[in-house]
Amino acid sequence: MTDGIVLTGLRKVYPLRGGDVVALDGIDLRVPRGAIHGIVGESGAGKSTLVRCVTALERPTSGTVLVDGEAVDAAGERDLRRVRRRIGMVFQQVNLFDARTAAENIAYPLRIAKVPAARRRERVAELLDLVGLAGRGGSYPAQLSGGQKQRVGIARALAADPSVLLCDEPTSALDAATTRQILALIRDVRDRVGVTVLIITHEMSVVREVCDSVSLLDRGRIVEHGPIGEVVGRHGTRLARELIPLPVTADSTTVEAAFAVEHTGEVFRAIGGIDGVAVAAGTVETLGGVRVGRLRLDVAPDRRAAALAALRQAGLHVTVAPGEEAA
Amino acid sequence: MGDWLSDLFSNPAITDRLPEATLETLLMVGWSALLAAVGGLPLGLWLHTTGPGGLRPRRSVNALLSLVVNVGRSLPFIILAIALIPFTRSVTGSALGWQAAVVPLTVGAIPFFARLVESAVREVPAGKVEAAQLAGASRAQILTGVLVRESLPGLVSGFTVTVIALVSYSAMAGAIGAGGLGFLAISYGYNRFQSDVMIVCVIVIVLLVQLLQTAGDLIARAVDHR
Ligand SMILES: Nc1ncnc2c1ncn2[C@@H]1O[C@H](COP(=O)(O)OP(=O)(O)O)[C@@H](O)[C@H]1O
Ligand SMILES: [Mg+2]
Repeated sequence: MTDGIVLTGLRKVYPLRGGDVVALDGIDLRVPRGAIHGIVGESGAGKSTLVRCVTALERPTSGTVLVDGEAVDAAGERDLRRVRRRIGMVFQQVNLFDARTAAENIAYPLRIAKVPAARRRERVAELLDLVGLAGRGGSYPAQLSGGQKQRVGIARALAADPSVLLCDEPTSALDAATTRQILALIRDVRDRVGVTVLIITHEMSVVREVCDSVSLLDRGRIVEHGPIGEVVGRHGTRLARELIPLPVTADSTTVEAAFAVEHTGEVFRAIGGIDGVAVAAGTVETLGGVRVGRLRLDVAPDRRAAALAALRQAGLHVTVAPGEEAA
Repeated sequence: MGDWLSDLFSNPAITDRLPEATLETLLMVGWSALLAAVGGLPLGLWLHTTGPGGLRPRRSVNALLSLVVNVGRSLPFIILAIALIPFTRSVTGSALGWQAAVVPLTVGAIPFFARLVESAVREVPAGKVEAAQLAGASRAQILTGVLVRESLPGLVSGFTVTVIALVSYSAMAGAIGAGGLGFLAISYGYNRFQSDVMIVCVIVIVLLVQLLQTAGDLIARAVDHR
């Protein structure tokens, strides 16, 4: 099976007068067909540049981009227009055409692809239904709420049956409840249409809610990546910490441990058998279909070395909270 | 008051010449507005397309277009009209009459409208163009279906400003033999000291401008879905 998206050695350098800006510094990424992959990273990490390279709105300085096995970066203008029809894009600013109704916006890519009017009408009705806006086709964007506009944006992106759906901060302009609905819609669309989805975001909650796998982008490099269930089980990593944050406790806490939920019994038996260790806080979440538990443990200062060794011996991945190593 | 009014309606300069002069002004403005739209819209789009961030940036072409437009806009209309007399004569066969005035009016209005087109189109967010590019749209399709269509309210407002500028230029053209309301106001009101004729001409011009602005605003609002 070919992958939905394959990036190899992708680099993008913006030559500026003050010196070159390396926006992407050698990205290798493989997203299987039908998967929802999240790319997280702080502002300026290169997330937007990465999607823009996938759409060829931006030409990579070097490296290759394959969408459904077809090279995007080498395509000439005519080929590019054909390849782009296999790519749907959802923007943070939605970018609907204000002079067109919701239905006309959704029909736009079909019109460009010269789909006959009758077939176009059918498809638009289908898509309005898919995004939960049946009957609102005649509304102009100005008459729709932020969430409704993004639904139209998603329908337009899906109109020409793309094999890849790229979403650049699709929910960053939306409130929490609307964000949930839009993410649920994206997941639902993937389940029904089987489209490969790449979601760019700076919010961990988006990854938690919808992604199967995730990459952490930092200054143009992927510094961590993997399926969600695997990533949260790694210890001391930024993704694990941020994906399942522990409740804040007042007492000085010392160590954190993560485990698969089916091992809860053994974990607690092990902890119970170690002197000077008490559970301060804990949480369980389902991520990418895997239930993961994380504990924060209070360790008595005089028993510290022995307790840590015993916890590790019990098969727990233990990390000492930053700043407390020296304590 | 009553005397003054009846004087007005018995003054042949007003009863005979005013309707004719008004018609000449309308024809002059109408034709030059039409030609300015036909010439200024593509020129403005070309300016935008070749400019930085345009669909096909071309530094030198853009600099040249910009220069031509700036020269056209910086010449005072009256000088443009006089400088163009030989050209006007070769186009219309005469340098007098409203038909002749259409030539300098059009030449003056094209760069004027082109700049307004360029700034209206520049207001279209780049993201909308990208959305169209991702749908596989060609440059021509983006130009008409996105840039022009999305900036239509601004284009209509810009055209209204242009037509109103043409009304005032046309009055100036009257001073150099173009006929119309400007000519009537100058030849009777100024040269023959009939200030009532001058006042009536000014009133008709003000009403005309008022009417054009109202119509322009109505149309701009009708095509604005934001
Ligand atoms: N067109 C451009 N010209 C110059 N530098 C750019 C351009 N686009 C992005 N950059 C730079 O590239 C880096 C990554 O930007 P971006 O991909 O937008 O980050 P993100 O989406 O993660 O916030 C930033 O340092 C940004 O300033
Ligand atoms: Mg960004």
